[in-house]
Amino acid sequence: MGISVKNISKSFKKVKAVENISFEVAEGELFGLIGPDGAGKTTLFRILTTLLIADEGQATVADYDVVKDYKSIRKSVGYMPGKFSLYQDLTIEENLTFFATIFGTTIEENYDLIKDIYVQIEPFKDRRAGKLSGGMKQKLALCCALIHKPKVLFLDEPTTGVDPVSRKEFWEMLKRLKEKGITILVSTPYMDEAALCDRIALIQDGKILEIETPQNIVANYSHKIYNVASHDIYNLLLDLKSYPTMHSVYAFGEFVHYTDKETNFIPADLVKYLLEKNHSDVEVHLTNATIEDVFMELASSNKSN
Amino acid sequence: MKRFIGFVRKEFYHIFRDRRSMFILFGMPIAQIMLFGFAITNEINNVNIAILDKSKDAETKVIIGKISASKHFNIENDILNESQIESVFKKGKVKAVLVFEKDFARNLATQKSGTVQVISDATDPNTANTITNYTQAILQLYQKELNKDVQTPYQIQVQSQMYYNPEMKSVFNFVPGVMTVILMLVSAMMTSISITREKELGTMEILLVSPLKPIVVILGKVFPYIFLSLINAVVIVVLSIFIFNMPVEGSLFLLGLESILFIITSLTLGVLISTISETQQTALMISLMGLMLPVIILSGFIFPLSSMPLPLQVISNIIPAKWFIIIVKGIMLKGVGLSMLWKETLIMVGMALFFTIISIKKYKIRLE
Repeated sequence: MGISVKNISKSFKKVKAVENISFEVAEGELFGLIGPDGAGKTTLFRILTTLLIADEGQATVADYDVVKDYKSIRKSVGYMPGKFSLYQDLTIEENLTFFATIFGTTIEENYDLIKDIYVQIEPFKDRRAGKLSGGMKQKLALCCALIHKPKVLFLDEPTTGVDPVSRKEFWEMLKRLKEKGITILVSTPYMDEAALCDRIALIQDGKILEIETPQNIVANYSHKIYNVASHDIYNLLLDLKSYPTMHSVYAFGEFVHYTDKETNFIPADLVKYLLEKNHSDVEVHLTNATIEDVFMELASSNKSN
Repeated sequence: MKRFIGFVRKEFYHIFRDRRSMFILFGMPIAQIMLFGFAITNEINNVNIAILDKSKDAETKVIIGKISASKHFNIENDILNESQIESVFKKGKVKAVLVFEKDFARNLATQKSGTVQVISDATDPNTANTITNYTQAILQLYQKELNKDVQTPYQIQVQSQMYYNPEMKSVFNFVPGVMTVILMLVSAMMTSISITREKELGTMEILLVSPLKPIVVILGKVFPYIFLSLINAVVIVVLSIFIFNMPVEGSLFLLGLESILFIITSLTLGVLISTISETQQTALMISLMGLMLPVIILSGFIFPLSSMPLPLQVISNIIPAKWFIIIVKGIMLKGVGLSMLWKETLIMVGMALFFTIISIKKYKIRLE
């Protein structure tokens, strides 16, 4: 088993950061924790990387207990914190050499593991880490987390603040690492990245809403979703919210996503209603659910509980 | 061992690439020793004084001549009556006024007694005191000259001799003090800041999630500063010998060893500070307020401990700097060896051990 979490809870003073969370990650699986800022993702990472002790529950990483065997875990995991945490005044090469040394290895020994990533930043190896772009910083941080060939890799929001191209490259690298048998736990606030994981856990306010493969999560979505558009998005949101059989309404890119309570809902009725409210260029058509839709649905029912 | 060397190399990169650290490390010691050596002194030289001579006779002329001949005084101006005294003080031009009574020479001849009044500006009490003492000394010398043919019935001759610092140079007192302050500052402040910086930047999180043992992290942090502080100590001693002619009566080797001991004590104190502070700011404030002030005030560096109230004297015992200043003065000025300084040395060893044990115990292996 890569990671096993059983009924973990953790509070800071009166705030419950993580509440009764359980999940398991198989060896060699790419598992995503998807949720907004403040959902408890970082706290969970810190518990699993032995930096914090949970108030309740047990957890193991690479079959080591996070409290008792913390020394073994620290030898066998790679950790990339959410905040860029390398030495800004050291160059790329010095950072990498330092982390290789403290893990008792060398760059050469595990070069093939980081090669794909390192070649991209190698031309700048004499540049100080503080002077790198966001994408390059993250690539360097990943190299440093990988240099000792960890069994389990913890990546806390690795793509936050990174441009779309670098984000895409980053996820391709994760896929390759997964193929090499490394268990990866990654967190992200970006729903589009969730689709790239083997399985995901949707997390909000310290609670897990759902654990599934990205495909099943979307497939299990029970409502029909309509893309609605008009010339005035702001009033469109307000008017849709006052539609009698409305189930949910939220902005989604250039459209507004609308779901209805009734199974025999007729889109033409809605068009008529909107035209009566003086909307022009009205469009209503069926669309496919995304992970974000599922999250919005689960999050709103979690909130109302 | 490889891990330790790797860690120390990283620390040196940090230090050499940070201009501020480099300045604190190497600029400050030189600046401080120069400041204390040249500018801050208890001696008075070329102090401006004014004369109110109501007598203007041969005797007063001789005395005024003697005073102006001394390197301590500079006769700024003559004033004509008492009412001007306050105004010259208020202008701040002179520090003292010498008033000769009317008919000074005649009184001296007929009544065997003349009066000179020394009025000094005591806004700075130490200077006022010193000026008064110096003028008295000059007048007494002249009195002796007058009496040399006359046999006075009773006389006590005081022959004072100043051991270990015959010229009463204040720099001899300041050098051990400055050395102590600088070593303390560099060692304790720099280590505490460099450890808290790792916490602040989040790199501590990665260091914790690695197989590095706490002792390796602490030693790795401390080692570069032992080395750099020792260089500092050497620079200070060399400067004081060659620029201020400070003697080193005792063994330089022993001085080196004692300095290393004091550096280690300060470093462990720095590590202790870093375990209780989360940010560089806090570490800096604790180092400055918690260490610098007591070191300057309670170590006997500037203010003599023996004249302090008893509670402060008791507190001064827990300040490592106090013991180090005794040791440095002992070795440099008195030329004594370990046989005389073993007690102070032992106290510092005890303190170093105590701080090391506490900081290893307090070192957090987790984030909270």
